[in-house]
Amino acid sequence: MPSITREEVAHLARLARIELSDEELDHLAPQLDQIIALVGQVSEVAADDIPPTSHALPITNVMREDVNVPCLTPEQALSGAPAAEEQRFRVPRILDEEA
Amino acid sequence: MTAEVFAIEDALAQYDPVLGLEVHVELNTKSKMFCGCPTEFGAPPNTQTCPVCLGLPGALPVVNARAVESAIKIGLALNCEIAEWCRFARKNYFYPDMPKNFQTSQYDEPIAFNGWTEVVVDGETYRIEIERAHMEEDTGKSTHVGGATGRIHGASHSLVDYNRAGIPLIEIVTKTIEVAPDKAAAVARAYVSMLRDLLLALDVSDVRMDQGSLRCDANVSLKPRGSKVLGTRTETKNVNSFRSVERAVTYEITRQAAVLASGGKVLQETRHWHEDTGVTTSGREKSDADDYRYFPEPDLVPVAPSREWVEELRATLPEAPSTRRVRLQEEWGFTDLEMRDVINGNALEPIVKTVELGVSPAAAKKWWLGELARAANESGKDLADLGVGPVDVSNVQQRVDKGELNDKLARQVFDGLLKGEGSIDEIIESRGLALVSDDSALIEAIDRAIAANPDVVEKVNSGKPAAAGALIGAVMKDLRGQGDAAKVRELLNAKLGI
Ligand SMILES: [Zn+2]
Repeated sequence: MPSITREEVAHLARLARIELSDEELDHLAPQLDQIIALVGQVSEVAADDIPPTSHALPITNVMREDVNVPCLTPEQALSGAPAAEEQRFRVPRILDEEA
Repeated sequence: MTAEVFAIEDALAQYDPVLGLEVHVELNTKSKMFCGCPTEFGAPPNTQTCPVCLGLPGALPVVNARAVESAIKIGLALNCEIAEWCRFARKNYFYPDMPKNFQTSQYDEPIAFNGWTEVVVDGETYRIEIERAHMEEDTGKSTHVGGATGRIHGASHSLVDYNRAGIPLIEIVTKTIEVAPDKAAAVARAYVSMLRDLLLALDVSDVRMDQGSLRCDANVSLKPRGSKVLGTRTETKNVNSFRSVERAVTYEITRQAAVLASGGKVLQETRHWHEDTGVTTSGREKSDADDYRYFPEPDLVPVAPSREWVEELRATLPEAPSTRRVRLQEEWGFTDLEMRDVINGNALEPIVKTVELGVSPAAAKKWWLGELARAANESGKDLADLGVGPVDVSNVQQRVDKGELNDKLARQVFDGLLKGEGSIDEIIESRGLALVSDDSALIEAIDRAIAANPDVVEKVNSGKPAAAGALIGAVMKDLRGQGDAAKVRELLNAKLGI
């Protein structure tokens, strides 16, 4: 029983807007399965008293004061955009549905 | 062919509505949630952005301390538990309103959870359970170009302004609300309205619904009367006034009832509220795109508010509305029934302000629930919009206390004020409402009353002083109610030697 099926990989690819051909799916799905199995070894050594962690550093509450710092100019902000219009980022219509 | 919607009475006769409300509040912090960009409303497009809120490679977010503080205050005001330790999570989706391709939010570790609050509708108190209040960031604003209606349908492309992207948001989610069916929509409205007052009192948000700083999504489902099985729910977006909360919920109840009664199925979908036409229309069905693949945000460390900080913030909270009602009732010495009338009549705030001006609570209640409530009813206005305020009530009552007016004359003064006949003095002058307290005028009237009622005088003289009441009545009638009753009694008693 693979830890990730071909269908699940296809689903993830769709969510990530990555177009995969059948051949690519055939190729990638077993690879992902191996990667997950490898990472899964961590949970074998993790005892009940070891909480899952999402951060390498044992620190909390890193915060900043609520003060303003200078922004980019609109020109700077838009300088990396493939297209701009009316001082806004111009994007293709992506989803045929309401926001 | 069945009707597209039911009459609300017919819908409520067969189905019990089950509601859930999600309210998004934009905080009034100076800077964004994770960067120092300003949060001004209405600034020119893309003038309030930086590498962090544009999601540029290598930029690192840092949490705004005041936003966390506001989140905790909101949680405490809603009687929530405050997490000892919680994290942010990435909500992944592909839509250009977030340049990062994810929204930084909280998932299964909200900062506040398991709370409750209360709203009052028609004198009844309804308890609303709060599931959670979590921190997240607002999205950018898209304008769709080329479509006939400015909507995305038929649009050729979209333009995005990221000024709003990253402004701190608190999402407040209720547990399911099941109340008397005919009260459901009104309770929903009262809840959002109460939240607005609460957030204003906490000073954590501008709470401008017209500017989108308070936004409500209403989840509605129906269950057939007597059934325990929850129906399929819809989520109505874009409900942006108190009145539309009530209207949108009512509309969804009538629409879903018609669908179910005709044997159809309610689709689990997002729906859009249209303020102008008063209907909701189908948005999109739940789909693949709702698989957000949440995972803990690796660029932010956990938030672990110390209990000391939480208690410090708790100490700054304004008095809860329910506590305040209890306190005021005690201070004013009102019975439960009297207090209920006050709440019912929306007279609480006017009475508070009137009492602050030195009027006794009983007198303030008498005018606000009597003369003024009647006038509000007749004109279909709110008490607050009558044009007669606490200062007027205080001025009139001061004249009553000084003996210049009695209650009957005071009522006429209010009538004159409501009809816009000028100032209190002008009305007293033009309507001839001054109380007669001039001794000679009173003594003349007393003499007339004694002369006209020898039998009563006889009774008083034979040892029944209580009979003198009839003479006072006669004097007051003679003076057309404009006599100073206390003075009349004093002079009459002297005259009769009692
Ligand atoms: Zn920024």
